[in-house]
Amino acid sequence: MGNRAVEIVVGLFVATGLAALVVLAFRVGNLGSQSDGPNYTVIAYFDNIGGLTVKAPVTLAGVRIGRVTNIDIDKENYRARVELSIQKRIDNLPIDSSAAILTSGLLGAKYVGLEPGAEDSNLKQGSEITLTQSAIVLENLIGQFLYNQADGKKK
Amino acid sequence: MLASLGARLLSFLHRMGCAFVFFLNSLRALLSVFGHFSLLIKQLYAVGVLTLLIILVSGLFVGMVLGFQGYNTLVDFGAESSLGLMVALSLTRELGPVLAALLFAGRAGSALTAEIGLMKATEQLAAMEMMAVDPFEQVIAPRLLAGIIAMPLLAALFTVMGVYGGYLVGVLQLGVDSGVFLSSMQHGVDFYDDIVTGVIKSGVFGVTITWIAVYEGYDAVPTSEGVAKATTRTVVSASLAILGLDYLLTAMMFGGA
Repeated sequence: MGNRAVEIVVGLFVATGLAALVVLAFRVGNLGSQSDGPNYTVIAYFDNIGGLTVKAPVTLAGVRIGRVTNIDIDKENYRARVELSIQKRIDNLPIDSSAAILTSGLLGAKYVGLEPGAEDSNLKQGSEITLTQSAIVLENLIGQFLYNQADGKKK
Repeated sequence: MLASLGARLLSFLHRMGCAFVFFLNSLRALLSVFGHFSLLIKQLYAVGVLTLLIILVSGLFVGMVLGFQGYNTLVDFGAESSLGLMVALSLTRELGPVLAALLFAGRAGSALTAEIGLMKATEQLAAMEMMAVDPFEQVIAPRLLAGIIAMPLLAALFTVMGVYGGYLVGVLQLGVDSGVFLSSMQHGVDFYDDIVTGVIKSGVFGVTITWIAVYEGYDAVPTSEGVAKATTRTVVSASLAILGLDYLLTAMMFGGA
């Protein structure tokens, strides 16, 4: 094979290899969908986050509109402080919107679902969501169920 | 018996030391490769393009097998919608880099050792030194660099072919919805956590394999038997090194979280 042909084939090889990396990054991976564009951060306090993780989706009517960016404990009142980063174009969420930690599917991953409220003023950078609903912890649920059962038998 | 044990340990340490000095020497020569670029192109052809076929075919079949096996396991739990995620994650994290590296060691590593060993046996390397041509610059460095460049590209191609194979089996044959297959994959595979780590792994494997291959060739006893032994040793120790390193890298990358 001539020198020129070898060069062309090698060039082709390197190009397809790089193309494969790009395909991996954008089609197989999530590089294309990772950035949500400009966003703003609101804070929500939960009694129990029960397995919610950073990067979990934040949804409105089931559509993803942001991500959980930080989870911390609030030492003062023993509650979990969760930072939600929401896309800037969703700027009309009423200030009394509520947030709930939900599970996708029966055993799926946790996510934060937002439910719009009715106030006139809207959530903006740094505002706090006051109405929150904690994650359902299976053990507590079973405990409550057993407790109720025992209660029922006594009567 | 104790003496033979000691002698073996000493000779092992001696070989490791020689290999390390050899590696440093080739690193020193690495910059000069950009002076004679055509040598690099030639080696990229030898280690990259000629390994391409086996990589692509194996990738496709590995992906198809993963599609079948994954479907059969997942369908019991009603979780066949995660097939794309399972195929893509196992390929990007482990199977792509490791299997491509094993194939690369068998196909390109053995060829490198045999070639350099034969150069030594026919005294071409000695002749180069006589003419004040540095064999590290002319022979070793281009091969090392070609291996380092080719390996991540080959692993990426292997992974893409594997995902495609999994898609073929899962979507076209077993009837998983193509949208579900792709979206579960894109949702679960993280660019930094999964793809970048895979590329780093294959880069490390590339360095290791070509280093072992060129060193074994350079160190071979200059007889036909010696070259044959060196070639075997290349494949054995490169494969062991890949699997051991893979464990270490995985423990480092995923162990903490």
